[in-house]
Amino acid sequence: MSSAFLGMPPFPQAARRALADTQQRRNLAGATRTIRHKRAEVVGELPDWEELREAGRALKERTLRHLDHYLVQLEERVTAAGGQVHWARDAAEANRIVTRLVQETGEREVVKVKSMTTQETGLNRALETAGITAYETDLAELIVQLGDDLPSHILVPAIHRNRAEIRELFRRTMPDAEGVGDDPAELAEAARRYLRQKFLRAKVGISGANFLVAETGTAVVVESEGNGRMCLTLPETLISVVGIEKVVPTWQDLEVYLQLLPRSSTGERMNPYTSTWTGTQDGDGPRGFHLVLLDGGRTDTLADRIGRQTLNCIRCSACLNVCPVYERTGGHAYGSVYPGPIGAVLNPQLRGTGTETDRSLPFASTLCGACYEVCPVKIDIPEVLVHLRARVVEETGGRRHTPTPEAVAMRAARWVFSSPARLSAAQRLAALGSRVVARRGRIARLPGPLAGWTDARDAPAPAGEPFRQWWERTHR
Amino acid sequence: MSTARDEILARVRAALADVPESERPADVPVKRAYATGGDQPGSAPETVALFTERLADYGATVRTVSSGRAATEVARTLASRGASRLVVPRWFPPAWSAQLAAAGMRSDEPPLSVDELDAVDAVVTTAALAIAETGTLVLDGGPGQGRRAVTLVPDFHLCVLRADQVVASVPQALSRLDPLRPLTFVSGPSATSDIELERVAGVHGPRTLEVLVVR
Repeated sequence: MSSAFLGMPPFPQAARRALADTQQRRNLAGATRTIRHKRAEVVGELPDWEELREAGRALKERTLRHLDHYLVQLEERVTAAGGQVHWARDAAEANRIVTRLVQETGEREVVKVKSMTTQETGLNRALETAGITAYETDLAELIVQLGDDLPSHILVPAIHRNRAEIRELFRRTMPDAEGVGDDPAELAEAARRYLRQKFLRAKVGISGANFLVAETGTAVVVESEGNGRMCLTLPETLISVVGIEKVVPTWQDLEVYLQLLPRSSTGERMNPYTSTWTGTQDGDGPRGFHLVLLDGGRTDTLADRIGRQTLNCIRCSACLNVCPVYERTGGHAYGSVYPGPIGAVLNPQLRGTGTETDRSLPFASTLCGACYEVCPVKIDIPEVLVHLRARVVEETGGRRHTPTPEAVAMRAARWVFSSPARLSAAQRLAALGSRVVARRGRIARLPGPLAGWTDARDAPAPAGEPFRQWWERTHR
Repeated sequence: MSTARDEILARVRAALADVPESERPADVPVKRAYATGGDQPGSAPETVALFTERLADYGATVRTVSSGRAATEVARTLASRGASRLVVPRWFPPAWSAQLAAAGMRSDEPPLSVDELDAVDAVVTTAALAIAETGTLVLDGGPGQGRRAVTLVPDFHLCVLRADQVVASVPQALSRLDPLRPLTFVSGPSATSDIELERVAGVHGPRTLEVLVVR
């Protein structure tokens, strides 16, 4: 049912393809501009924003440095409140646990709240293999699911689609939606009709959680549409799949995150609905609650003292909306459900640097620092990017017996630059050569081993006449 | 064979080898230098005015009424929306429901099925408290609020609360709430911005939210 990021090309190739899609670039530029302004406005309203950010960062640091303590406490409180805690070492184990829990209910259908973690584990596909249909109920996730598409943004997974494209999709895939127009209100109404009976009949709900409170065993889901409330309240069984880094120490700590998250994420003072629940409650909501705690590379990330701060992330997506690279390439180029600056640091840590895609991600940035400025939990993304670049270069160098092209190029450059005669000769040669490869002053593709440079960017063509030659000619 | 639990906890501990054995969680400094909402009493007129303005900003209708007129306003609001089939949870103050026709009222006792809830026009509830700065209502299933489903399935939610239930800030609200109860924070009618980030009110939750603040 759903596509996968598996086998996506590394960032430079994927970005080149995305850049050629002018429709998507227009959709993205418009959407990110809108949300940047909304965020700036509501953040500017709070004189204590910097103090909130600092508290948000410090609380995460406290949690992560004592994560074992908080996880054990959380498990104890959730269990005491009538919930059941399961532990999953990796995505496959999490999917097996969820599949088994659904099978134990005897149901073949589940309704899902938008959840990054189950996107990360590819849960829908695992359920499908077991003959269980998962209905995504968040509007954007539904658009992605119906279109057999891939998410391209953390908050708005269908941000790359405009209203006309969504109208066509709904007309094609939804029963009784042949006449739907392209007004967002009309499209939302169509989604409401499509999902209504599914909510009212659902016996099993699956969610993630934005926060888990260790002190009380409370889970928190922040949402807008009410699909979250439907999935968390109406079914008999609720299964929540949550990364181990989502713990916060105390109930009071939510006073920080419930201010930071909505303003950073949707640019609202508060999102329409936030649900919190602790285990199960007699006569209100599901009778069974299962919490699946996922490692999935988080402990590897935790072990890296510089990379550790990446686990502060509360998935607000503010860094995507301000990133000049993301705005142009879109989310798919990052080859993961976590795109943008946070994806560039998170994916190589959660998944390791075993694939060309994950090795390319730390380089998918200009290091401009806008992501760090807006991050509500102060993740120094540029710092982690540079750290990961060094790691990738070291790992790559360590595997080779021959020197890398960079090393060869640097050695050649030293030879050229160390003699004026050689430099002058090289410049004349470059001017000549550029006439062959340049078009309108730009070189789209450099030859030979230099091609790597132009994989992701055009190179300016060298001037037709080197400066020194011009000086000789005009000033002597 | 070790369990996943033991293995993950062992990995966490191994990953934290740089954290000194003697360090306690409280040793990691957390500066709470942010505003907590001051000492302004909740019933201050400015606080209620801010709440009204902020909640209205989300597309909800908010009005302040005197306690003497509360029952009349509750009945009038429902009538103006054409809502005659109502759910009114147990312990909703009789002083506020006095002018509602008993014929159309259901109490959710014993609990209504989802189809029955889907068939009513409106739900009328109280709230646990409200937050001025963010324009938020918080429901905790207390007297007059009902379980979570009753404020979710009906398409129109009328919430009635006293002015002294409005607190200034998020920190003030959390310190007054009991996390062991299921809580719902409501800031306006359900909405989505998933299509071109254009905000559309009314998706799966109640599409209309009206609030009466009783002074």
